[in-house]
Amino acid sequence: MIELDGLTFRYPDGSAVFEGFAWRVAAGEAWAVLGPSGCGKTTLLYLLAGLRPASAGEVRVAGEPILRPRPRTGLILQDFGLLPWATVRDNIALGLRVRGFYGPDGKHAPAGEAVTARREITQTWIERLGLEPIAGSYPGQISGGQRQRTAIARTLALNPDLLLMDEPFAALDAPTREDLQNLTLKLRRERRLTTVIVTHTIEEAALLGEHVLVLGRLPNHTARIVANPGAGDPAFRASAAYVAACARLRQELEAAR
Amino acid sequence: MRRSSVLIAALALGVLWQLAAWVVHRPILPPPLEVVRVFAVEIVGDLGLDFLASLGRVVASMALAVVTAVPAGLALGQMPALNRIFSPVIYILYPIPKVVLVPVILLFLGISDLAKVVIIFLILFFQILVLVRDQAASLRPELVASVRSLGAGRRALFRFVYYPASLPAILTALRQSIGTAVAVLYVAELFATQRGLGYYIYLHGSTLFDYPRMYAGVLAMSLLGLGLYFGVDGLQRRLCPWQFAR
Repeated sequence: MIELDGLTFRYPDGSAVFEGFAWRVAAGEAWAVLGPSGCGKTTLLYLLAGLRPASAGEVRVAGEPILRPRPRTGLILQDFGLLPWATVRDNIALGLRVRGFYGPDGKHAPAGEAVTARREITQTWIERLGLEPIAGSYPGQISGGQRQRTAIARTLALNPDLLLMDEPFAALDAPTREDLQNLTLKLRRERRLTTVIVTHTIEEAALLGEHVLVLGRLPNHTARIVANPGAGDPAFRASAAYVAACARLRQELEAAR
Repeated sequence: MRRSSVLIAALALGVLWQLAAWVVHRPILPPPLEVVRVFAVEIVGDLGLDFLASLGRVVASMALAVVTAVPAGLALGQMPALNRIFSPVIYILYPIPKVVLVPVILLFLGISDLAKVVIIFLILFFQILVLVRDQAASLRPELVASVRSLGAGRRALFRFVYYPASLPAILTALRQSIGTAVAVLYVAELFATQRGLGYYIYLHGSTLFDYPRMYAGVLAMSLLGLGLYFGVDGLQRRLCPWQFAR
């Protein structure tokens, strides 16, 4: 699904974040990207999303080189991704409206797939994520958890095959965070999504990443990968294997610094 | 601002006016009720036509200012390099009292309506430009990134992000500059016209010495400003409901 080859990314000041970096993600896999702040996690996600161009090397998703945002890739950010002037309902419909705006041109929206049932799709996702009571509210009026539910609904309404998440639950309180982590696991399995979730917390990486990519000191040359086959089930949180996985990731994180 | 508080303020000002009229007791300050009576008669005649002429000029200036200042403000706000070049120019021109340009503009644009519209336009233009630019510059990059990830290119970003984001700034700028615009209208209409509230006030005040009529003109000008204020305010409530949601 994702292929990075010889990827190099430099900031305008010349400092490199990635240099000759290679990484592979197969379709349907659940990945977590773990690392301290400033290690290039978010940059990696923006590169995958086509929001930032690579300085050298190639980023391919589903075999296509990524030069601009790809219609089938969904992106969820930590916060500030919702239109403050649009209601929850209008925010969820936004992606579909953008698709309707361009038509199925293959560039901004998947080719040969006209949006015909915007209202119905929007309504389905409002109900699915329990947002009906606040569908008419603005993002400034609802809680952080509800905002992220709205962001998830907006993204999934576009029926993506790849979901990129940048610290999506970092600003939430613990119960809300667990709640949304479980929801993510469920939706992921249901829709057979390939997911890449960027996080700075070991516990989140251990729970959501069947594979964990550990980033560290700049520039990142090689991908440090930790296999974590137990992940993907909310019950994993209570197991001894989970504690072991966290310890293992902590070690890797230390080694990567 | 609520309508009821405007009414109370108008009554209070009327009482003060009446007291002042009693104290002064000269034709130059007629009592408010007399002015209101003259206003009621005149507004269906000459004064009404002058009111409409002035209203037309202000609205035309507003429209002209919006269609020119908004794209310019959006461009400056989104392109820091462009802003670095133009920002000093704006801040040099912004504080110049536009009234001093009246003779120059009349000289170049002649005695047409266009000259008067351009004078008011200049005042509104800078206000809107600066507010829209700051609004566009303050848009969170995360917001733009996430809407782009939904497939939005330049045109869709304008339609779904930049345009709605700058609406409050446009309307706020209009609301803030209405007072100045109407005040300058008076100066603009002193010259080379037979229509407009400025002309009406000047004619009756300084030429005919008909003070009740002059004050009726002043009252009309105040109502023009107030009406425009509530017009823009209503527009903002309609177009930007999220600003009023609690």
